[in-house]
Amino acid sequence: MDLSKATFWGYKRENGRIGVRNHVIILPVDDLSNAAAEAVAHNIKGALALPHPYGRLQFGADLDLHFRTLIGTGSNPNVAAVVVIGIEDGWTKKIVDGIAATGKPVTGFGIEGHGDHETIRRASMAAKEYVQWASEKRREERPLKDLWVSTKCGESDTTSGCGANPTVGNAFDKLYPHGVTLVFGETSEITGGEHLVADRCRTPEVRERFMFMFNRYQDMINRWKTNDLSESQPTKGNIAGGLTTIEEKALGNIQKIGRKCMVDGVLDKAEEPSHPGLWFMDSSSAAAEMVTLCAASGYTVHFFPTGQGNVIGNPILPVIKLCANPRTVRTMSEHIDVDVSGLLRKEMNPDQAGDALLECMFRTANGRLTAAEALGHREFVLTRLFESA
Amino acid sequence: MIHFVVHEDGDGVGVVVVEGVKAGNELTGWIMEQDKEIRVVARSDIPIGHKVSLADYKPGDTVIKYGVDIGKVVAPIARGEHAHVHNIKTKRW
Repeated sequence: MDLSKATFWGYKRENGRIGVRNHVIILPVDDLSNAAAEAVAHNIKGALALPHPYGRLQFGADLDLHFRTLIGTGSNPNVAAVVVIGIEDGWTKKIVDGIAATGKPVTGFGIEGHGDHETIRRASMAAKEYVQWASEKRREERPLKDLWVSTKCGESDTTSGCGANPTVGNAFDKLYPHGVTLVFGETSEITGGEHLVADRCRTPEVRERFMFMFNRYQDMINRWKTNDLSESQPTKGNIAGGLTTIEEKALGNIQKIGRKCMVDGVLDKAEEPSHPGLWFMDSSSAAAEMVTLCAASGYTVHFFPTGQGNVIGNPILPVIKLCANPRTVRTMSEHIDVDVSGLLRKEMNPDQAGDALLECMFRTANGRLTAAEALGHREFVLTRLFESA
Repeated sequence: MIHFVVHEDGDGVGVVVVEGVKAGNELTGWIMEQDKEIRVVARSDIPIGHKVSLADYKPGDTVIKYGVDIGKVVAPIARGEHAHVHNIKTKRW
């Protein structure tokens, strides 16, 4: 596929970033505000609530990550406008101010002193204005480099490593020379292949930062583990699918970064990349956590290879699923956007599989709903670093 | 027909990519990197996605896949047998 003149149709946001969706989101700061947020989304058609269970008595690095994830989610260019609802005004304003730095329309509401009814009434009025305003936004043709593409695999099996993940790798190798901003992560799931990722780092500084993140995660696992993590990493599903050890899973995982592109930088969780290229983001390997972090970092389209059939989606980030396991493609077809099982029968070569994924990527970016979007999968899962105070 | 795939020459295991492999079946494998064919007789029933051993292993041996160490053998494995968590463990964690 010749990508030199490739374009897609997206929504230009106030800060110049390009989105491929046009969501108006109702973002709770904390667990207590979910009910009001969901009531507003019920009142106002086209508004989308993002309920979650956290945001109270968090502190330190864990609180920083909470703020970074919520601000990043609201700032994502797939979001047109945001209504923030929190139990009190202070942290609500902090999130509003963070999102407002992008120039995007955003308003916050604190519940204390008003109650749910009055908050829902006022927030619904703001949400209605935003939904009508957003509905007049039009897509414009943009160069490929304006697309930010993330990847993370889930419920992998051995077919992931020989089919679906190399397909993502092929697509990444094709996107990379065109200045697309790419990311992969899943820090624990590099275990056994960390030397291969380290060797792909662009500079000694990037390599050192990658190894710092890798070792930090290993230290955390070694501190808390009670066995060899079998059934957790690899998961019970991975093992049912034939994956035996974390090393085997990791070597399959890193097929997603292809054979040519270099690792240009390293991000902490939910950090925004500062330039194009391939980034490694320190992150959990749990699907919904990692995809939520990708959305918070500003990514606009996601490649999700699966083997046994992970069904994940995200409220604001379209998740494109590809699969090479013929049984999963047959038994869970409604979840699979790109069938690359032909790779394992030699009926399709890696170049054709990569092109099939890219074709789906362009259609998705231009507005076609993914299977996960059509099925209503909106997993929004915040990563926690430690206990609340 | 391809019954299993092998990432590259030198790997000690292949991945079964068809359903219904039974002990005694003669299996045809495809070594993807070198685009070569290999044959092995299954000595176990092996589900799709699970590994068939391409060598005889004894406990303490290292298993290679993708040309890289994927773990240690903890119970004997004969060529053609099912290779999985009952006879291979991680060297990490």
